[in-house]
Amino acid sequence: MSGVRASEKSGSATQFAEEFDGAPAKPSGKPLPPMAQVSGDLQREVERFLYRQAEILDDRRWDDYVALFTESGHYWMPVTETQTTGDGVPSIFYEDVDLMRLRAKRVMHPRAWSQKPGHRTSHVVSNVIVESVDAAGNLVVRSKFYMSEFRRDAVRHFAGKYRHELKKTAGGYRIELQRVDLVNGDGTWDYVIQTWV
Amino acid sequence: MSTVTIGSKADINAMVEPDRVHKRCYTDQAIFDAEIERIFERTWIYVGHESQVKNVGDYYTTLIGRQPVIMVRAKDGKVNVVYNRCPHRGAMLCADHSGNTGTTFKCPYHAWRFNLDGTLLKIPVIEGYQGTRFDTSDPQFHMKKVARVDSYRGFVFASLVPDVPDLVTFLGGAKIAFDDMCNRAPDGEVEVVPNCFRVIQKSNWKIFLENQLDAVHPSITHEAAGRAAFEVEKDIEKRTGKKAHLQYHMLSAFTMPFHKFDAMDNVGHANGHLVFRGYMDLRRADPEMVEYLKIMHAKHGEKRTEEILSVDIHHVIGYPCLSVQPPLQQLRAIRPIGPDRTLSEIWHFRLKGAPEGMYRRALAYYQLVNSPSTTINADDLENWWRCQQGLFSSGGDWVSFHRNAGQDRVQANGTIVSVTGMSELPMRHMMGAWKDYMVKGAAQ
Ligand code: FES
Ligand SMILES: [Fe+2]
Repeated sequence: MSGVRASEKSGSATQFAEEFDGAPAKPSGKPLPPMAQVSGDLQREVERFLYRQAEILDDRRWDDYVALFTESGHYWMPVTETQTTGDGVPSIFYEDVDLMRLRAKRVMHPRAWSQKPGHRTSHVVSNVIVESVDAAGNLVVRSKFYMSEFRRDAVRHFAGKYRHELKKTAGGYRIELQRVDLVNGDGTWDYVIQTWV
Repeated sequence: MSTVTIGSKADINAMVEPDRVHKRCYTDQAIFDAEIERIFERTWIYVGHESQVKNVGDYYTTLIGRQPVIMVRAKDGKVNVVYNRCPHRGAMLCADHSGNTGTTFKCPYHAWRFNLDGTLLKIPVIEGYQGTRFDTSDPQFHMKKVARVDSYRGFVFASLVPDVPDLVTFLGGAKIAFDDMCNRAPDGEVEVVPNCFRVIQKSNWKIFLENQLDAVHPSITHEAAGRAAFEVEKDIEKRTGKKAHLQYHMLSAFTMPFHKFDAMDNVGHANGHLVFRGYMDLRRADPEMVEYLKIMHAKHGEKRTEEILSVDIHHVIGYPCLSVQPPLQQLRAIRPIGPDRTLSEIWHFRLKGAPEGMYRRALAYYQLVNSPSTTINADDLENWWRCQQGLFSSGGDWVSFHRNAGQDRVQANGTIVSVTGMSELPMRHMMGAWKDYMVKGAAQ
């Protein structure tokens, strides 16, 4: 029996797919995230704060890190970028300062077994954009980070974005909310993270 | 000298003694392959919860043994489980963990379309198949369905082989995991919270299960987290004059003195299932519990509410793939990947009809104990890895399960009860079931 050749009636792959799925929806336009015009001095001041924070983390000064937060402050790492709050929905971290103190105490305990050996990190923070400044001088700041972590012969890489809500106080800026979106937040985890990123 | 074939009946029997097992159970690739064939691909395995696939076309992908499968909600409302493989040239149909596939499965390679029960719907340019052995009614050209699918109180299980008992019979004593969780919901059912934490364990799947009901380890493995939580808990109470949220107690309880763990017990049921009784004080005076009790009393009356709440279970093992903590609304399913690699899928649930405060308790446990930022499992994972490394060594051949061996009490109903919560009964009991599966499989 000879083969049957495709005729014009066979249509195209697009016709075949759209018969079931319809035409694809048009992407909806989204506005760019806001960006404030700030002085070079303010920009530098914010950057210095973020560099300092990275240094504190890399030096494993856990108490000093917690002290960067206000008493009502939170450290929040959502699972996905679409999350708008950490309150009452699952996140990787959603810690007030009491929970942060708990985490600091655990890693510093002499019998925190997974800290034998412990991990070392190196953070690079960049792409700093001040999103807004209010009348009291409180800021919202977006930035990018890259963190390399070393523990027992293995190096892991973490990258993502920070969003800091910073409160201006007499003693300098303090963190009201630090949001951390990892690029692989909803991926499969090879081991866990023991301290803040 | 006689040679014993790896995985043969004689080999299996020699590896499992009443109070110790050979390290090869945890390290040998051939034994691992046999486990997958004889256990995971030959019994009921947990797939997911019905509420993960609420709408038509919602799907969830996972593994049963080595088999990638799709759980999907069909147009008739049924939940189907099909192999994630195109019958044409093999491409996976759903490549994400979850999503919605519309009213059909579509293959990205040559566009074959399938109904949500896996049957073939349409092929483009079908003329090319005229005069060939291809036949649209031949099952080899349809996505393959798994042999059995059933659910118990919304929890979906599947079996790749048809000759298994019905699900309820299989679950037996482990049924209480789902009954206890659902009964605690004022509306009698639970709903999944749509987030799954996936964490890889660099250790054998049995090490995870054995750890779950090991009541000697919590105060040792988790001393650092438990003490840290205890200190903060006391700080908060001093500062506020009120009890700290239950979440601190959930963690500080890991370092209770040994006699408190001793006072609990483990019950072994048929098929390797286990129930760990005692432990979780839900603190009835807490505001969320007061509110919850009011709702439960209104719905079920005081007597029935007491009956429900007096089921004092901390943990249930649904052998071979489930760890469930009903009062904390947590579930972990494990998918063995290799002798030293195990994927855990971690879920938590909402009690339908319960106040928000009760959900916040489950969420706190989910985040503090089970998330990728866990202060608890960080130390478990470390120990499991260390065990796996040690077992790969030639420093010894056996794993010891001698604690309280020979003292397990067989009950009239066939269950086995430990003499103390710290007994290694759970390990002995699961390895008994393991041996049954493995020997049975060797004969087939
Ligand atoms: S592999 Fe699926 S259509 Fe060809
Ligand atoms: Fe543990």
